[in-house]
Amino acid sequence: MHQVTAEGTQDRMQRLVAVRPRLVSFARLQLRDLARAEDAVQEAIEAAIEKDDTFAGRSGYETWVFGTLKYKILDALRAQRREGGWQPLEDELDEAAIDRQFQKNGRWEQEARPSNWGNPESTLHSERFWQIFDLCMTALTDTAARVFSLRELMGLSAEDICRETGLKQNNCWVILHRARLRLRACIERDWLTEKT
Amino acid sequence: MMFKMMMCKEATHLMSRQLEVPLTFQEKLSLKLHLAMCSACTQCNQQFHLLHQTGKYYERLIELDAGTPPGSGGDNY
Repeated sequence: MHQVTAEGTQDRMQRLVAVRPRLVSFARLQLRDLARAEDAVQEAIEAAIEKDDTFAGRSGYETWVFGTLKYKILDALRAQRREGGWQPLEDELDEAAIDRQFQKNGRWEQEARPSNWGNPESTLHSERFWQIFDLCMTALTDTAARVFSLRELMGLSAEDICRETGLKQNNCWVILHRARLRLRACIERDWLTEKT
Repeated sequence: MMFKMMMCKEATHLMSRQLEVPLTFQEKLSLKLHLAMCSACTQCNQQFHLLHQTGKYYERLIELDAGTPPGSGGDNY
C-alpha cells in the first residue's frame, strides 16, 4: 500500500517537472518578468507538493496546480502594482495604434484587412501558434497585456479587473478592444506568412 | 430616424464588447447586418472568439504536457 503511494507521488512529481515550462510562460505573459514568473510557479509547485497526499489516486492534479498558480500570479500582480511597477494605465488610451488599421471613414485599411486563419481547433492545437501568441503578447504594452490576460487567460470578470487594476469599466473595455485588435494584427502577420 | 450603416471600426467595438456584456437588441442587429455583408469583419469576429478561448486551451496544453490520458481534459483527441 505504501509502495503504491510512493509511486503515485513520483509520478505526480514527474508531471510537475513536465508542466513547469508551460506554467512559467503562462505566468510570464502576465507578470512580464521572467524572475517573478519563476517565483510564482515555484510557490505554486511548493503548495502542490505540500498537498501531494490529498491527490493520491485522484485526477485533476495539473488543473489544481494551474488554479493555484493563478492565485500566485494575482498576488504577484498586486505586489507589482503596490511597488509602482506599473506604467500609468491612461497611457493606453491613445488611439494611434488602432487607427493605423482603419481608414478615416472607418473601413479596414487594405493591408490590415483580417484574413482567414484556418480551422480554429487546429490553430489552437498548433505549438507554433502558441509561440507566435507569446511573441505578440510580449509586443503589447504592459497595460494592454495585463488587462487582456486577466480577462482572457485568467478568466476574471470585468468587475474583478476593475478592482485589480483600478480602471473604470469603460476604460477596461477600450483597452480590451485595442489589445484584441493589436494581437490579431500581430498574430496574423506571423501566422499567415508561415502558412503560405 | 434614418438608418445608417455601421462601419468596420465601430463593428469591432461591438465584437469586442459582446465578449464582456450582452449587446442591446439594436446593437446585435447592427452587428449581424454588418457581418453578413463584410467578410473582413467576419474574420475579425472569429479571431476575437479564438483569442477568447486561449485561457481554456492553455489549461488543456498543460494537461497534454503532463501526459494526462486523452479524454480526461473533456475533449476528443
